Amino acid sequence: MLFLRQTATIALKDLRSEFRTKESLNAAISFAVVILVLFSFAVDPTADQIREISGGLLWLVFAFAGALILNRSFARELGNDCLDALVASPVPGAALFLGKASANYVLLLIVELVSLPIFGVLYNMRWTRQPLMLAAVLALATWAVTVIGTVFSALTVNLRLRELMLPTLIYPMMIPALMAAMRLTTLLIAGEGIAADDWIWVRLLIGFDVIFTSLAVTLVEVVLVG
Amino acid sequence: MRERILYALGAIAGLWLARNLYVILLGLPDEAAQGAIYRILFFHVPGWITCFTAFLLAGISSILYLIKSDPRYDTFAVATVEVGIAFTVIGLVTGSIWARIIWGIWWTWDPRLTWALITCIIYMGYLMLRRAIDEPTTRAKNAAVLCIFSFASVVITYKAIDWWRTQHPGAVLSFRTGGGSIDPLMESMLFQNAAALLLLAAVLVAVRMRQEEIGREVESLRRHAHAI
Repeated sequence: MLFLRQTATIALKDLRSEFRTKESLNAAISFAVVILVLFSFAVDPTADQIREISGGLLWLVFAFAGALILNRSFARELGNDCLDALVASPVPGAALFLGKASANYVLLLIVELVSLPIFGVLYNMRWTRQPLMLAAVLALATWAVTVIGTVFSALTVNLRLRELMLPTLIYPMMIPALMAAMRLTTLLIAGEGIAADDWIWVRLLIGFDVIFTSLAVTLVEVVLVG
Repeated sequence: MRERILYALGAIAGLWLARNLYVILLGLPDEAAQGAIYRILFFHVPGWITCFTAFLLAGISSILYLIKSDPRYDTFAVATVEVGIAFTVIGLVTGSIWARIIWGIWWTWDPRLTWALITCIIYMGYLMLRRAIDEPTTRAKNAAVLCIFSFASVVITYKAIDWWRTQHPGAVLSFRTGGGSIDPLMESMLFQNAAALLLLAAVLVAVRMRQEEIGREVESLRRHAHAI
């Protein structure tokens, strides 16, 4: 119970601090919109083509914009040695990690929920044909992106080339989750539903979430404290 | 003495590989369906066996480092990862040459190929991370965590031919299929070459570990000199 309260305290602290300045959120949302707009110049697709690549396009946008939020997650604690204070506080590393991951999760979901209608308008696409399943896929895949991003954000926080290293490390690591999310999102936006063959992707997402969350929670103490 | 043993083992590995090459090129007949190009698989499959072994050992060594904080485990991990990457590149290049002859293309985005490439990129990220951290203990600790995460991609690459049945040929070795899909003579040659490559990799790891140890000594002497 105490662990949950500590996790919630960290998450709320991060969210409060982010909502006061909105520096990551504004940057991530603007970046997502810019990529969505730029993409329309890269190709001139028909409605069918857009439907086929919608999952890939959206998840690239989410992953790129997400890196901006994830990068700031631990880096914002560097000023005034706040990270040292957090590590020295009686909060266990796992609670600190889960709190930060939860805050990042909420922020990433906000970016996604803002990007989706913009995608729908710009590319003339109805994306609400399977709302519940789409929400479930977003929830699972966003957690996958968040958990990998947050643990690597902790790993790279003290590096000189932090902004460069984080994306280089997290994108290859996220590929299983992104692949599954892209495939499922494309199906759901096309309104097709998930066929029996495609449930393997849902299982892959769940497996990815469980395995990497457990690994991250186990190892984060080492990363933060040593 | 240690150097002499290493040189001797390296020479044995070299001679063994030369003998294997002789048998592969002149002793074994052409394969019925593929012709002469199948011979590259005697290096392709053992190359992957060697790199998977190296990454597995690096993962185990990283776990041991986190438990015991002994820098020798970190040295072993970085040496095995570097050698593992070299063999990953051998696997990718030999596979690509084979694909050019059999499929008519150098590369295709088949799951097994894609995962192999991702594994290579992930472990290159491991080496990049090491370069980016100056403080030895932080470097070893963070690299160990990354190495454990990275091993997931090795497992996926290994299982990719079972999970996605696409362009890359399925498993042929009898310990995975139960036998019958490869000529015993060819399989025995494949394992012999794998053993020779593993020996070569072990020698390279030992040489690389020595370099790391010397590097660490130099680093500590430099710190000492600065302190004075």
